[in-house]
Amino acid sequence: MNCRAEVLEISVEGRQVEEAMLAVLHTILLHRSTGKFHYKKEGTYSIGTVGTQDVDCDFIDFTYARVSSEELDRALRKAVGEFKDALRYSGSDGIGQISLEFYQKKKSRWPFSDECIPWEVWTIKVNVVNLANEQERQICREKVGEKLCEKIINIVEVMNRHEYLPKMPTQSEVDNVFDTGLKDVQPYLYKISYQITDSLGSSVTTTMRRLIKDTLAL
Amino acid sequence: MFTKCYRGFSGSMEPAAWSSWGLPSAKQIKASISITLRRFKLQDSFYEIKREFNLAIKDIPEVTHEAKKALAGQLPAVGRSMCVEISLKTSEGDSMELEIWCLEMNEKCDKEIKVSYTVYNRLSLLLKSLLAITRVTPAYRLSRKQGHEYVILYRIYFGEVQLSGLGEGFQTVRVGTVGTPLGTITLSCAYRINLAFISTRQFERTPPIMGIIIDHFVDRPYPSSSPMHPCNYRTSGEENGAAYPSVEDSQEVCTTSFSTSPPSQLSSSRISYQPAALGVGSADMGYPVIFAGGLNAAHPHQLIVPGKEGGVPPVPSQPAHGTQADHERMVMCTPLDGALYSAATPSSSEDTETVSNSSEGKSGSPHNLLETIFVRKVGAFVNKPINQVTMASLDIPFAMFAPKNVELEDNDPMVNPPDSPDVESPLQGSLHSEGSSGSSTGNTHDDFVMVDFKPAFSKDDILPMDLGTFYREFQNPPQLSSLSIDIGAQSMAEDLDSLPEKLAVHEKNVKEFDAFVETLQ
Repeated sequence: MNCRAEVLEISVEGRQVEEAMLAVLHTILLHRSTGKFHYKKEGTYSIGTVGTQDVDCDFIDFTYARVSSEELDRALRKAVGEFKDALRYSGSDGIGQISLEFYQKKKSRWPFSDECIPWEVWTIKVNVVNLANEQERQICREKVGEKLCEKIINIVEVMNRHEYLPKMPTQSEVDNVFDTGLKDVQPYLYKISYQITDSLGSSVTTTMRRLIKDTLAL
Repeated sequence: MFTKCYRGFSGSMEPAAWSSWGLPSAKQIKASISITLRRFKLQDSFYEIKREFNLAIKDIPEVTHEAKKALAGQLPAVGRSMCVEISLKTSEGDSMELEIWCLEMNEKCDKEIKVSYTVYNRLSLLLKSLLAITRVTPAYRLSRKQGHEYVILYRIYFGEVQLSGLGEGFQTVRVGTVGTPLGTITLSCAYRINLAFISTRQFERTPPIMGIIIDHFVDRPYPSSSPMHPCNYRTSGEENGAAYPSVEDSQEVCTTSFSTSPPSQLSSSRISYQPAALGVGSADMGYPVIFAGGLNAAHPHQLIVPGKEGGVPPVPSQPAHGTQADHERMVMCTPLDGALYSAATPSSSEDTETVSNSSEGKSGSPHNLLETIFVRKVGAFVNKPINQVTMASLDIPFAMFAPKNVELEDNDPMVNPPDSPDVESPLQGSLHSEGSSGSSTGNTHDDFVMVDFKPAFSKDDILPMDLGTFYREFQNPPQLSSLSIDIGAQSMAEDLDSLPEKLAVHEKNVKEFDAFVETLQ
């Protein structure tokens, strides 16, 4: 099974990085999350309900819908915050990318650790621009808003191609497919990583892999 | 693997926290689509799922009712798509289509697909995509800003998609496609790109009726048989007087609230006029949403909002409300087609406007009259005594404060403070009894052109002592005594002479001043 890869590119101002990344990541996770599974006897299960809420951006003329889960929001904000700080302090020209990878776990026998098999990777390439005056910033607000609208439409088009999705797991295997650690929503297993590109175009030592789920469990 | 897959509620899951800025079209579309999709007779187990595909969507009972009525027990089919049209309507009656959401069904069947699992999940994904897309269309931003100037309407209809109203260069987004054993469902959205507003006024203005003041509000029930009727999201009461039944027993009925920017008093009265109508939306909407079944050529909506016009009738010498008769015009109208709309439009014209409507009506709405309350507003700086008109004609700012004798060498009021006006100022007239002032300055009104006065940041001037009223009443304050020539000139000389003495006194008290300064440090 080949991993599906989608790449999105966007140019934003420094203060817009966080909101733009959150908008894209939340939109993707909205489509890749379900309600909590509640398994019952006889092999049946019930699926909880996913709530949604709107988020207005402060630095972009844009509003997006996200899953109404504070835990998920905190996790994404933490990852995006690290990416934003890395962009700011890396000394590079403000070029970086953040990746959202959905994966499945495949149990391996001891002593081998479980294998993580990605089935969908979303890469968002960010180019941070510096603006000189308030007028340019205002124009940037609107333009980035329009660009994000296009990205959301792109994401929706990809999501509705109905390509490969992991099969609904049994109760014993649900943790291999879904992140069951959140109390109010159940996204597919995912991890977020980012890379900062220096002015030469090569990735620097700030490559990090950030696991939302406890990596020690692997 | 699983014989049954059904939905329930996660014990810890709270209903979605709806923002007050939700988009009405999303709700209507979701409700319409949800109803349509639920009616697909795909499998018996499908009917056991009573919620909208694992998504906490608060249904608006009225919208659901209208969607069901539009569905009329049928499903979308080839050539018979379910469409939701979103349009904008201004306070002047101009309208513009913004977007059209279309749920189509074709004959391409997928017999092999599993309904209870695959189709269900894909439909859930489709609804999530719908949520995401509704926030990125241009109509969403417009809907967030609706209020006095315009409102957003929607209309549900079945049949061929009518895209001609979207203007040139409209864009289309295919939200998603789901194959089912009965056919392939496709949800798409066509939205307008060119938002330049073009007047589409289709009604005639009749000559204004002078002197009409209608200051009572009449509730207008909407005709039940009309395809176009307002979506006012009332929690109780509809055309038949019965509340809309809840869509789902266990679903929380979305109560209406108007929680966006604080409504003006006019909006409040508008709300009261149309009970929980324009001013009321769902819990996640903070703006009035009007459901119009359609705007046709015979649009009965006639709202007269003329601009500044000549032929201003003379103000009565003794207006009922005092020298500066302040009235406001509030125009509210209920189009014959049932589309409910009201606007407060203070106009520059006086009571020369009128209200009219067409007598046409699809279903004979019994309430075709437009109610108008005419209030005249007096513009700023236009109400001056006669003897100061000449000074004003010299186009000098604050001419009333200028000295009467224009032969003075220097007309600068700073150098030569103007005399206190001998004549009774309008302020005095307004501050004193209304009746007497009316007679004394009534004759001065003949020379003035009434200008509509709209103070910035003020609410519509319905209640007395609003900003506009305050401004008008106090726009001509009496002169300060210190600015009068006699007193001013004398005091300046006296001040100069007394300076040395004052300095001597202050020098004596230096120690006290120093001690005071030290206490401040």
